[in-house]
Amino acid sequence: MTAANYDTARGTALLEMMERIRAFERQAELAAIRDQLVLGAIHLSLGQEASAAGVIAALRRDDLLLSTHRGHGHTLAKGADPTAMMAELLGRETGCCGGKGGSMHIADFDVGMLGANGVVSANIPIGAGAAHGIKLLGDDRIVVNFFGDGAINRGPFLEGLNWAAVFELPVLFVCEDNEWSATTRTATMTAGAGAAARAQSLGLRSESVDGNDVEAVADLARDLVDAIRNSRQPAFLHARTFRQSGHTYFDPASYRSQAETQARIDADDPIERQRETLQGAGLAKDQLDAIRQAAEAEMVAALEAAKAAAFPPDESVFADVQDIGSPEREAF
Amino acid sequence: MTRSMTYAGAALEALREAMQADPKVWCVGEDLGRGGVFGQYKGLREEFGELRVSDAPISEAAIMAAAFGAAMVGTRPVVEMRFADFALCATDELINQIAKARFMFGGQSRAPMVIRKPMGMWRSSAAQHSQSLESWYAHIPGLVVAVPSTPQDNYAMMKAAIAADDPVVYLEHKNIWANEGPVDPDETYSWGTARQRHAGSDLTIVSWSDCANRAELAAKTLAAEGIGAEVIDLRSLWPWDKQAVLDSVARSGRLLVAHESVAVGGFGAEVVATVCERLGGAFKAAPRRLGAPRSLIPYAPNLEDQLRVTTDMIVTTARELCQ
Repeated sequence: MTAANYDTARGTALLEMMERIRAFERQAELAAIRDQLVLGAIHLSLGQEASAAGVIAALRRDDLLLSTHRGHGHTLAKGADPTAMMAELLGRETGCCGGKGGSMHIADFDVGMLGANGVVSANIPIGAGAAHGIKLLGDDRIVVNFFGDGAINRGPFLEGLNWAAVFELPVLFVCEDNEWSATTRTATMTAGAGAAARAQSLGLRSESVDGNDVEAVADLARDLVDAIRNSRQPAFLHARTFRQSGHTYFDPASYRSQAETQARIDADDPIERQRETLQGAGLAKDQLDAIRQAAEAEMVAALEAAKAAAFPPDESVFADVQDIGSPEREAF
Repeated sequence: MTRSMTYAGAALEALREAMQADPKVWCVGEDLGRGGVFGQYKGLREEFGELRVSDAPISEAAIMAAAFGAAMVGTRPVVEMRFADFALCATDELINQIAKARFMFGGQSRAPMVIRKPMGMWRSSAAQHSQSLESWYAHIPGLVVAVPSTPQDNYAMMKAAIAADDPVVYLEHKNIWANEGPVDPDETYSWGTARQRHAGSDLTIVSWSDCANRAELAAKTLAAEGIGAEVIDLRSLWPWDKQAVLDSVARSGRLLVAHESVAVGGFGAEVVATVCERLGGAFKAAPRRLGAPRSLIPYAPNLEDQLRVTTDMIVTTARELCQ
């Protein structure tokens, strides 16, 4: 059932972005397992594509984004080049961080992506600070700050949300609640009523949404982003989702039932749900398949290009550490 | 024109002038609105307003992280940590985030920040308000480490720190806020250059922060006894003025490093090791270090005094070296 005024163009764009994110991560997984070319850990967001696509669709290109170790989807959705991202995962010179960061420190400042973060919760007060900087500079950008449910048990969650609230900063906090803190169920380690209630207790406007319904996420995000842009007050979006893969690509997730996981995937995959929505709106299966094929082709090409790129020059290990006392002049 | 200023007042004047010159410079920390815990921000709120002289919740991690976020979008924050000891609450933010951002993002970002951490022993402040941890920061790639000891240097180095595009850990010694001295605003500071605090050719004394003041006093006593000590105040520990130290020891053949912080694993070990590696055969006596014993800073004044590196200790050790 689709409403008569359904926006097919927006719905299609949301599906395209989710398919691109999934295709990117499937290729990254192949690069890691099949090709043995991703040497460090990567954290896949398979099953969580709707919050990345839905929230970031509400942003302008000059808005700012901070993310986590599970940040490929957010980075891609903000407009980063998948070839440069893939090259970064492979540690190549053409990577968006010159091969120095890898998956967990992926960043593309040209599209306002101020960095993924390898430390859970650390980006929360940094993102509040980026919004603080915007307030000092006096422009109308906003910041979106993604983190997982595991992050709500670290101090920076409290300090960062409190900071944004008392200084009245234009930041949207997005908690992607995938139910898992690395390899432990978050519910078993979390007191109280959870992420949204904690944000509410600090006076933030705080909304929860079915995070696997990309249309619902996009609707809520647009509403919250508009409110933040106008009011310059922070808000909190809690997206309930499910991590389909293990913590890292090499984590078989043996701590949970394979059957339960498969049942969740079969019943509630955000991409399959959006395909059904679009079919209900009159799109043919062929059209939807073409979207998937185009995404796959794009990411296969991104991986091929990344493989062909050179590793960074050895001497770049001393570049961009610091100007004063730079190791380019004296590392010891 | 040279004026007399206190150590605290010199940094305040430098900060005020930097804020007047650049609207992107701002400061943030607990109690800054009323002038800061030690009055280092006095009058700035009235002159620049609450946006640019911002109070903060008692959230050291958020103060550090938020200032970093604001630095990444183009502002130039001066961060007040109140006590160097409290800055340990913001260790991830400084070490894992600020020091690494430019490098791990492949040069896309900068963190032009001054991180002020009042350090050191004054009287009876006990184990959590007295530490000197400068060697920790010297160990972290990405950070610049400033340890000014005089009003002149606290003026010129604060100016240089605010102008720097790197994160500068700026360690002011709490015991010398009220020290007065001449400040020539036209004297510029260049990172990694030491200052000769006393001339002499019999031994080289290397020091920094308030201990450099004690080393200078010691050198005056030694001079009266006919022992010529060259006192080198490093002023910054990263980068540090290896050449000044090497040149001096090449002349004197004797090296003493004196610092208030714990001797074990302290920056004095780095100085001695470097000189030994470069000038192995040049010594007339084995190099010495003076630092605090590896114990904890107590409350009772008599106990506290046992951990201090005093002027007398520097004099005595220098005499031993020259025997």
